Amino acid sequence: MSGIALLTDMLRIRRLEEKSAELYGAGRIRGFLHLYIGEEAVAAGCMRALAPEDNVVATYREHGHALLRGVPMGAIMAEMYGRREGCSRGRGGSMHLFDASRRFYGGNAIVGGGLPLAVGLALSSSLKKEPRVTACFFGEGAVAEGAFHESMNLAQLWRLPVAFFCENNLYAMGTALARSESQTDLCVKAAAFGMATLKVDGMDVAATHEAARRARAQVLETGVPVFVEFQTYRFRAHSMFDPELYREKSEVEEWKKRGPIHNFSARLKAEGKLTEAQFLEIDAAVMREVDAAVAFAEAGTWEPVEDLARDVYTT
Amino acid sequence: MTITYREALRMGLREALAADERVFLMGEDVGKYGGTYAVSKGLLEEFGAERVRDTPLSELGFVGAGVGAALGGMRPIVEVMTVNFSLLALDQVVNSAALLRHMSGGQVSVPLVIRTCSGAGRQLAAQHSHSFEAWYAHVPGIKVVAAASIDDARGMLGAALADPDPVVVFEYPALFEMKGELSGEKVDLSSAQVRRPGSRVTLVAYGASLPKAMQAAETLDAEVIDLRVLRPLDMATVLESVKKTRRAVVVDECWRSGGLAAEVMARIMEQGFYDLDAPVARVCTEEVPIPYARHLEEAALPHAAKIVAAAKGLFG
Repeated sequence: MSGIALLTDMLRIRRLEEKSAELYGAGRIRGFLHLYIGEEAVAAGCMRALAPEDNVVATYREHGHALLRGVPMGAIMAEMYGRREGCSRGRGGSMHLFDASRRFYGGNAIVGGGLPLAVGLALSSSLKKEPRVTACFFGEGAVAEGAFHESMNLAQLWRLPVAFFCENNLYAMGTALARSESQTDLCVKAAAFGMATLKVDGMDVAATHEAARRARAQVLETGVPVFVEFQTYRFRAHSMFDPELYREKSEVEEWKKRGPIHNFSARLKAEGKLTEAQFLEIDAAVMREVDAAVAFAEAGTWEPVEDLARDVYTT
Repeated sequence: MTITYREALRMGLREALAADERVFLMGEDVGKYGGTYAVSKGLLEEFGAERVRDTPLSELGFVGAGVGAALGGMRPIVEVMTVNFSLLALDQVVNSAALLRHMSGGQVSVPLVIRTCSGAGRQLAAQHSHSFEAWYAHVPGIKVVAAASIDDARGMLGAALADPDPVVVFEYPALFEMKGELSGEKVDLSSAQVRRPGSRVTLVAYGASLPKAMQAAETLDAEVIDLRVLRPLDMATVLESVKKTRRAVVVDECWRSGGLAAEVMARIMEQGFYDLDAPVARVCTEEVPIPYARHLEEAALPHAAKIVAAAKGLFG
């Protein structure tokens, strides 16, 4: 995988979300808005390791996953605006981005709620003998939910092709892992189900990509699930309503030194694979994409109120 | 052909599994045990462990897996042993199955069927005697049906599987030994049915309350309507009957406050008020946890004498 591609992926998430935060402040985006800033290396590494035929299940912090799965940035921005041109016709918003054509089964805003869905998607591909991996993203907060334990057990018991991608950013909203779990080593939890595990530096996109690639290959080859813990960190608040009383600013600053975009671009430069001019060029192209996405959302239309009840039922 | 309600359920399951390879059954003890109420007896041997799949005691997990399998193109039948246990799975029913289509802007459908057992009357005490049909019927995005006849016991499953959206099918252990004629008529998921014609009062019931209403009707000149479909409600059939009888009693084994009867009564009031000669009455479960002792359980539940009394009360 080219380093430039991974870097570009991370930058696309970063710039999209910085603009989203700005637009939130301007009142163009409402509701909850959960930013992924700081964690970009996880989605970037994983999405490049997946194939188009794979299934993806994500959480409410899923702008980056949707974007790198191929959902056009304009459709994501339009969704956050609540426009009909949004990837969920304005019905979902930031937390419920969907794209069935890309097998992206959503932003799920019930913590742990996506895990049973992933098990079912994998059960379906297993019964139909389709060579497909279901990638299930969730935060470490989800491991406290019964849904996590039930899903891990079912996936391993029934030998289902699920890649469980746990994004451990250390805080479930404001509750630190050590304040909510008796066992803070998440791989030990997964191993209790007999599942293969990997623990990865989630701030290093080369490492996340390699881990996700290995996990996918292993799931596909053996047909049984793998659990990958990505150790990462959220630089921004949990949502736009979070005064961040639960962590020290110094801790955030320490983690920012490990910033995935900054460090990876520095590495590429040191290896002679990237110049500052090239970086600026990539960034400028990404900014143009963001600007176009905003223009697309601004020019979007509202679903007619007469269509309020549309899609509650299929027929 | 005369068969029991249980045999009709099994017949429906066997036909569904035979008709479509995408259909599979999963739930607690549906396979080796043969089903808690012996409904799925023999199906594991006939269709194999992949399609008649025993699950761990993980209601949230396997109901959610049913939603996921439906998204993936299968036609899962998920059996939740009793409606009491279904509360553990409620999140996946309400927050996933019911919402996914609308929340995704119409991109996905969830062709999932959930079967579960409801109702009291067998001295199973407070935690195994619930009726939560009204809770499920509250939720847009799912359909809710209640099988009270032999034909529905057999045919509602097939109709539910043919529906592209999630359907919750309520079955009633109190009716499992009931025998009746299988007519083989086509079963829909849209209409209420007049089970007994009458002219002086309309008794509206569903599920295990239906035979109680039928029994009550013997001493009244009552028309009995089996609601069958609890969401969406077929009010046209109810209103047509009320227009004729001018009086109605709604029988519902849910608790009175916020029960399904409340919704049916409200709609009669909204849409048929000027056809009424008396306020609409209801017979529901008393607002207590269902007790174990037989005489107390009986006192808590709707029964024919209460229905007769409620109906007679409408004639002043």
